[in-house]
Amino acid sequence: MSTTTKSAAPQSQYQPDANGRLLEVENLHVEFHTPDGIARAINGASFDLHQGETLAILGESGSGKSVTAQAIMGILDMPPAVIPEGAIRYAGHDLLTMPEEQRRKVRGPEISMIFQDALSSLNPTFPVGWQIGEMFRQHRGMNKSDAYAQAVRLMERVAIPAAKERVKQYPHQFSGGMRQRIMIAMAIALDPAVLIADEPTTALDVTVQAQIMALLAELQEERQMGLILITHDLGVVADVADRAAVMYAGRIVAKADIDDLYARPAHPYTRGLLESIPRLDQKGQTLAAIGGLPPNLMRIPPGCAFNPRCRMAQEICREQEPELRRVGNQESRCHFAEEVLNG
Amino acid sequence: MGKYIVRRLLQMIPVVLGATFIIFAMVFALPGDPTAGKCGERPCSPEYVAKFREEHNLNDPLPVQYGKYLGKLVQGDLGTNYYGIPVKEDLAKRYTITGRLAVMAIAFEAIIGILAGVLAGVRKGRFIDNLVTVSTLFVISIPVFVIGVFMQYTLGIKWGIFPATVPSLDASTWSLVLPAFVLGALSIAYVARLTRTNLVENLRADYVRTAAAKGLSKQRTVGVHTLRNSLIPVITFIGADFGALLGGAIVTERIFNIQGVGGYIFRSINSRDGVAVVSAVTVLVIVYLLVNLLVDLLYGVLDPRISHD
Repeated sequence: MSTTTKSAAPQSQYQPDANGRLLEVENLHVEFHTPDGIARAINGASFDLHQGETLAILGESGSGKSVTAQAIMGILDMPPAVIPEGAIRYAGHDLLTMPEEQRRKVRGPEISMIFQDALSSLNPTFPVGWQIGEMFRQHRGMNKSDAYAQAVRLMERVAIPAAKERVKQYPHQFSGGMRQRIMIAMAIALDPAVLIADEPTTALDVTVQAQIMALLAELQEERQMGLILITHDLGVVADVADRAAVMYAGRIVAKADIDDLYARPAHPYTRGLLESIPRLDQKGQTLAAIGGLPPNLMRIPPGCAFNPRCRMAQEICREQEPELRRVGNQESRCHFAEEVLNG
Repeated sequence: MGKYIVRRLLQMIPVVLGATFIIFAMVFALPGDPTAGKCGERPCSPEYVAKFREEHNLNDPLPVQYGKYLGKLVQGDLGTNYYGIPVKEDLAKRYTITGRLAVMAIAFEAIIGILAGVLAGVRKGRFIDNLVTVSTLFVISIPVFVIGVFMQYTLGIKWGIFPATVPSLDASTWSLVLPAFVLGALSIAYVARLTRTNLVENLRADYVRTAAAKGLSKQRTVGVHTLRNSLIPVITFIGADFGALLGGAIVTERIFNIQGVGGYIFRSINSRDGVAVVSAVTVLVIVYLLVNLLVDLLYGVLDPRISHD
């Protein structure tokens, strides 16, 4: 199925570099200028994504995960959002300096995104097939009936039963899991090279969560997409992701292959997150939680942003901001990364 | 859908009956004698009064009068007023002109109001938004007779752009432009504000973010994805307003010398002409109910989540 669509699709002008690298985010800063002051949502995030790779971005609410995704997509409301420095390169082209009309054509055919709440993310007043078909009509100039046929094909691909009969139904006539499948069908419609999934399973039942994750993994494998999976749920990503980047207060505090991250975290925050996953073999014990709250983005503490909540915090943590540096085969933004890794 | 329409039409029957009876009772509860002033400077002769009261069933108890009136009404006979003119003829002429006026006013509301609302909503906080917000507030706070007389004087008389008055019942559409604009002015302001508020709200919705993520142009994101949702309450308002404009055009009609429904009802009330009042209002009630039904049906078309099964 994917080969037939590939041949029908025009050859993309964007190609990954020699190492297979598709997307490169470099020193990205995003601020929100509000009447109460400047909220620094992202403070120098850097990471890259290769063809066929799944990168998980982990963190709690307000850590900057979704803002990062929206900055890559270029769908932040600017103002109030401002990007004072940084670069987002897609196949070598900086999206941030690209003319809007050119960038618009990247959204959908090259990079696309699925969101957390599929009910509110789909337009309630148009049939789902119309909304999927809109990708073909707007980007490929396809006529209405061909676009509907493509919508049926995609709905079948994401395993929506009776796709032909349901293509003209409206979002509210589908269950939560089916709606998220429709979002996915819409996002993969034009065979994008990069798919960003922002908390794709958070609003779903646990059983449906697993099905959606399996579908995403399958599509990613089939189409060799680069997948950015944004979540706060470490359980969701363990089986799917290749690498993970952990965000805290708008910074990436840890980067590692997913197995290393789970086996031997090199940052106290990552360790705290792992310890706070409920486990059956610890039934009856008090669940370990990270004390305190994430910092106010208008007043990020000096030094290491995590220091007020860190059990290992020393004087240096309050005074000097640690660099993201290599420890073993991971990266960590902690003065005591070696101790964490080995302890 | 068909079942829904039939059910709604059946529901109208008790509403029309109730409304007409209340109006009937109220008109006859008013103090005053319908024969007063009918015979020039002197009181009417007892013979004439007796004949008049007999002809118009004024000696029957109220429920009987109402029953007799209703009996004729269901046969499509609206009766004759106290001057012996069939109410139907009068109303047909007057509803035609008032209806034309109201339709034109609604068109102004929809076109100017929605356009201004969209421009303001898309450019929230910018010059055009402030212009629309301030000018609509201005219109809302000025009484309609001030706007009417002012526009009649400036645009009609001083600069002579539009006809200043409407000469007859079969007036040209052109001569109704100015009165229709005045009649719709207040609602244009409301529609503009309602559109703006809803658009601003919907522009923050998740599905608008999705539309942007799909790589759609700004025009398409606003014009197709946002506007449809934003217009649902606006359509409801405009529909309900149509009924209000029919009955409430009296001030505008007086300013521009239009012999419309409002003036007819007003004069009939003054002369205690019960049959004329009740008939005019009955038609008003029926039109109002039908327009409401139409709006509800349209609502279902705009918002598929509303089902009429």
